[in-house]
Amino acid sequence: MRLNVTVNGEPRQAEDVWPGESLLYVLRERLGLPGSKNACEQGECGSCTVYLDGTPVCACLVAAGQAEGREVRTVEGLAEGEALDRVQQSFVDAGAVQCGFCTPGLVVAAHDLLARVPEPTDPEIREALAGNLCRCTGYEKILDAVRLAARR
Amino acid sequence: MTKPAEVTRSTTGGIGESPLRPDGALKVRGEFAYSSDLWHEDMVWGVTLRSPHPHARIRSVDLTEALRVPGVHAVLTHQDVPGTNRYGLEHADQPVLAVDLVRYHGEPVALVAADHPETARRAMKRIKVDYEVLTPVSDAEHAVHGDGPRLHRDGNVVRHVPIRRGDQNATAPVVVHGVYEVGMQDQAFLGPESGLAVPAEDGGVDLFVATQWLHVDQRQICYALGLPADKVRLTLAGVGGAFGGREDLSIQVHACLLARHTGKPVKMVYNREESFYGHVHRHPAKLYYEHGATEDGRLVYVRSRIYLDGGAYASSTPAVVANAATLGFGPYNVDNVTMDCWGVYTNNPPCGAMRGFGAVQAGFAYESQMDKLAAALGMDPVEVRVRNAMSEGSTMPTGQVLDSAAPVAELLRLVRDRPMPAERGELDLRAMPGGVSNTTHGEGVVRGVGYAVGVKNICFSEGFDDYSTARLRLEVLGGEPAATIHTAAAEVGQGLVTIEQQIVRTELGIQQVTVHPADTTVGNGGSTSASRQTYVTGGAVKAACEAVREKLLKLAVTRFGEPRANLTPAEIVSVLGTEVIEETVEWRHRPTTALDPETGQGFAHVQYGFAAHRAVVDVDVELGLVKVVELACAQDVGKALNPQAVVGQIHGGSVQGLGLAVMEEIQVTEGKVRNPSFTDYLIPTILDTPPMPVDVLELADPHAPYGLRGVGEPPTISSTPAVVAAIRAATGLALTRVPVRPEHLTLEEPR
Ligand code: FES
Ligand code: FES
Repeated sequence: MRLNVTVNGEPRQAEDVWPGESLLYVLRERLGLPGSKNACEQGECGSCTVYLDGTPVCACLVAAGQAEGREVRTVEGLAEGEALDRVQQSFVDAGAVQCGFCTPGLVVAAHDLLARVPEPTDPEIREALAGNLCRCTGYEKILDAVRLAARR
Repeated sequence: MTKPAEVTRSTTGGIGESPLRPDGALKVRGEFAYSSDLWHEDMVWGVTLRSPHPHARIRSVDLTEALRVPGVHAVLTHQDVPGTNRYGLEHADQPVLAVDLVRYHGEPVALVAADHPETARRAMKRIKVDYEVLTPVSDAEHAVHGDGPRLHRDGNVVRHVPIRRGDQNATAPVVVHGVYEVGMQDQAFLGPESGLAVPAEDGGVDLFVATQWLHVDQRQICYALGLPADKVRLTLAGVGGAFGGREDLSIQVHACLLARHTGKPVKMVYNREESFYGHVHRHPAKLYYEHGATEDGRLVYVRSRIYLDGGAYASSTPAVVANAATLGFGPYNVDNVTMDCWGVYTNNPPCGAMRGFGAVQAGFAYESQMDKLAAALGMDPVEVRVRNAMSEGSTMPTGQVLDSAAPVAELLRLVRDRPMPAERGELDLRAMPGGVSNTTHGEGVVRGVGYAVGVKNICFSEGFDDYSTARLRLEVLGGEPAATIHTAAAEVGQGLVTIEQQIVRTELGIQQVTVHPADTTVGNGGSTSASRQTYVTGGAVKAACEAVREKLLKLAVTRFGEPRANLTPAEIVSVLGTEVIEETVEWRHRPTTALDPETGQGFAHVQYGFAAHRAVVDVDVELGLVKVVELACAQDVGKALNPQAVVGQIHGGSVQGLGLAVMEEIQVTEGKVRNPSFTDYLIPTILDTPPMPVDVLELADPHAPYGLRGVGEPPTISSTPAVVAAIRAATGLALTRVPVRPEHLTLEEPR
């Protein structure tokens, strides 16, 4: 099938999409946007988190066809040119990035949190990020990054 | 195609500072090329058919139906392996593709390449394998002493390490016994095994892969493909965590085989389920201990037997056995020790390296014993540890004298003397065991505090020729002195690339430092394991800087007519002009020796690292739910080259230990893996993880570059026993097995 989807503000088309493909596969393998990650492909890790019509979702759980005609914003669409989004910059500054495989999903989830709750408490941050696994950092510096971004 | 990028993004910062990671901006933008992100024109996808049985004879394999699937480019079996169909880190005992026998659930049997991953998977399902199912050997202790079938030619014992020191018949007035078990933990790195193999015109292959040691992969691939080293070229692709799980081969040979057969670039990416089959795990262990002490709490003797289940193939079991044995008494002074530690073959999933490597299993047992001893003596658990704590000058059970700082007592006091976390205040479900599931409002919830300390060897041991290679190029670019550092050492997330830049900045006094992608066009960098890269590759980078500086200073004599001790960046520019200085240096740490095969005596380890934890937990004793409230750590790192990265390592290691304490286990019954998914194999989320205050000591080791001490592993060792000790304190239960599950807390008899 042919898929029409707006990604990071641009209308895109993917040809010959097999209906069983996920939105994550289409982004990564057909549209040249591998920023959203594939740590589990079963909805458990949050590394594939993207905005779908403004709501964060696990792209691995969205069938490609479900995205037809809709708007997707991925981690690649957060920075303004060279300038990182404040959440991105805070992750780098706080040392919240080690291997970084969890980072794109966490950055999108934290970006969404701060849009909804500008000054989150620690328990609110933990709750909002509970669907995003990180194996490297022990999350302490991820909390630091979100607190820092909230202050910026 | 997409390729691993050079990283510069030069920020400033030498050693002792915490400059930003050079790859950080790429990673937060989603632009860093991990091994699963690679793409090549015309590439096809490879998948692996794996055995559904832990032990079976293969009667026949029929590929006919698979080959008929449109879009399939190749279907391969062991008959297509051109070289020797065997690989392995220490013993080449594992087939690239099974021949007539499978020895574990998940063993690779055949490969398919097709133009879409789903096509490849569908074709794979049409391969018909006729198995004669055999009874699996599934108990490690039985595999050593029992009469079951031999799984390999030389029997089922991979290695036995004995240690005999002091009086073997010593007696003591206070004696505690214990039998402990450690479940099979998984590294659960988030970036799945993956890579891209590109066939080359010279008949060779270029492989882009996530790994921990490029050169040891290369050696094994060459052997299996029957190709010389110059035909098998590896480049490190972005690595999404490792923790030991990428030391053994996964897709490496398979992707190269498919690429050579199809003549096309081949991409392989495991999904999470396959990842659980596709790498080795932490050895499950059964540990028997007897501690004898005086009435004032001084250890007189310790006797131990440890069984480590290595699973179907050897992997790094021999080294894990040596660690569990030599570190198996903990950082305590005791003159009379007896140890027998075995690593064995079974039909369980292969086990090998995972952060802490043998020291984790032993650490849970000896620290549980120290608590038991404290209880038997009516002593404070920290006090009994401090009373026996090693210090500089102490003798290890191997006879090796600790010749640098060993602040065991100080680390324990640091975590003990920290202020305690606040008592539970107003009801917040998020702070309760069970969380927002609303299982308790505080009734049945008991707080407990526990302590532990651990020891880990740093770098490769037992006489291994452990070295790294660094190539450093210095030139003038854009009117500034600029260095490019090139090693084959794997950045897996720990921040080695940052450290390399920091060292060059400090040594040469310049700012602009580029890190070349790691590949096999430069010499061996050794493994990213055993907490060794900052030590060994850091040492090599420092040595390369010294070699470059020596040349530079010679040039300066010509230029200025007199010797100079140091040059400013402007002087470097004027001295160099258009010249380029390039030096390649191999650097080794001081040598170690083998262990005596009868007594386990020897100068086996380069360096020891120590960490201590205090855990505070709330336990819902009625439901068996645990909430870790705080996990404080103190660790000596010799010298913190990058303080922010050091603390990041301590946090990450502590949480992996917490995971082993309360949730992480690959459940295996009769050789079959029951929970290969993140739905059923749980790792700590941000809600399971407490605040983790950290004290870092910097007591320089005179033998190491900058006095540093390896950081990555020690915090993983003491974290598990500290959490379990806290749960024991809250519940009064014996808790001899990790992970501790709710049923252990609700159904076990009090001790
Ligand atoms: S990859 Fe989508 S949740 Fe893990
Ligand atoms: S930084 Fe590696 S998984 Fe989070």
